[in-house]
Amino acid sequence: MISINTAVIDLKRLELMAGGNSPIHALDARAKVLVTFVFIVAVVSYGRYELARLIPFCIFPAVIIALADLPALFLARKIALICPFIAMIGFFNPVFDQTELFRLGHVVITGGWISLVSLIIRSLLTVGAAFILIGTTGFAALCQALERLGIPQLFTVQLLFLYRYIFVLADETCRASRARELRSCDKKGLGVVSFSSLVGHLLLRTWQQAVRIHSAMLARGFVGQFHARRQSRFGVAEFCFVLGWSSLFMTLRLFDISGMIGKMVTGIFP
Amino acid sequence: MSHHIVEVIHLQHIYPDGTIAIRDVSFRITHGESVAIIGANGAGKSTLLQHLNGCLEATSGQVRIGDTLLSKGTLPDIRRTVGMVFQNPDDQLFMPTVFDDVAFGPLNLGLVGTEVEKRVMDALIQVGAAHLRAKPPYHLSGGEKKRVAIATVLAMTPDILVLDEPVSGLDPFARRQIMTILQEFNHTKIFTTHDLNMVLELCQRTIILHEGEIMADGPTGDIFQNDVLLAACHLEKPFALQLCPACTGAAGAIKP
Repeated sequence: MISINTAVIDLKRLELMAGGNSPIHALDARAKVLVTFVFIVAVVSYGRYELARLIPFCIFPAVIIALADLPALFLARKIALICPFIAMIGFFNPVFDQTELFRLGHVVITGGWISLVSLIIRSLLTVGAAFILIGTTGFAALCQALERLGIPQLFTVQLLFLYRYIFVLADETCRASRARELRSCDKKGLGVVSFSSLVGHLLLRTWQQAVRIHSAMLARGFVGQFHARRQSRFGVAEFCFVLGWSSLFMTLRLFDISGMIGKMVTGIFP
Repeated sequence: MSHHIVEVIHLQHIYPDGTIAIRDVSFRITHGESVAIIGANGAGKSTLLQHLNGCLEATSGQVRIGDTLLSKGTLPDIRRTVGMVFQNPDDQLFMPTVFDDVAFGPLNLGLVGTEVEKRVMDALIQVGAAHLRAKPPYHLSGGEKKRVAIATVLAMTPDILVLDEPVSGLDPFARRQIMTILQEFNHTKIFTTHDLNMVLELCQRTIILHEGEIMADGPTGDIFQNDVLLAACHLEKPFALQLCPACTGAAGAIKP
């Protein structure tokens, strides 16, 4: 249960980062949502064998992390955690795709290996961008931005409750599981029987607590709308932010900048 | 000032499993009164409190806040008037930081910018928790959580404060802090508790609930002198009213 607890604490830490005072934090959440969206679309739109052209996209997370003063190591560790899952998804690429793309000496590099690495890089970039978006915006402000961008309130409020429910469920799971472990005396307890009962109780308990939390929210005037503390408007800074980054992403997507740099370097140093 | 009046008329609440939690309860609490609702576990105290701001819907009977009858249409106004502090502060605190949590109510009231900040800071100063404003609620101690939970309600400037077991599980110092906060709230306040010494200090009036019914409603001093009534309701006279163990010789029994 330590892993669930740690994951929840990490999620809470990510949310706390959103309280920062950097220029990136101060931007209207809609601008950050739009730029992240363009970034993700640009990154995932490449072909499966594309590798070199993805590398320049690292500039976006690197610059935002630096400007927003986010803890780079913490984020890197969290992003790295998804690597095994992505590797599992692309596990069979090297097996089924034996197309020879090039050779490094005697070693044949097949399309399967390149597509696997490409998949990992794309996942790291997109998940990293999502983490950075939450770390500089906060989930409530993010949902509010989605709403202001035209997503129906029904969906954004559901999203917020779902996010809140993760914490309730994780807390209850930790407590129930700890109680079970302590009385299992290093054995398996009563096996599946006790485990299924535990899961059932967990559902009912979290349900009850979710109802209590909802009551507490209603008691404080909640009428189906979350308000972000930071009041912002889409001004010149936001316009420049969106225009600047989107132009960069489109340029990187349309032109092979890394190829050009490669040719330039090999031209100077043949 | 009529909106500071709480009137419960023939209230009954039956839970879906058939448990009768409240049976025909009626009382009227007027402006500025400090009232304790006491009783054994399962007497119906928390259920009763949850009717005062519409968290629970009555099976029958009425709740009036001032001149307003509690109904679906009047809920937003009632909830603005009646501030409710829940028994478990973890149910009440859910935002990333203390400041955000205290700001949740004022933002829902439609306040913005500096007005929200002022409300939040005033409430946090009132409960002595201004230094905690940047902290996440899950990093606070039990006493701090309780104080912040009270601040979340005070920030909405309610006319009536309703608290469900405000000092349960607190150490003596934290208990005293909460009692001081309650003493400083001049409007109507209603709370449930098992801490009868606190009731003696803070409340002029006490209502005893037993198995969903009102067994007594009157001046706190009179009720706590009635040993038969207290015993029948599974309660004990507060220590402050009991005879000194050293004088009666009972202290010998607890000497090592």
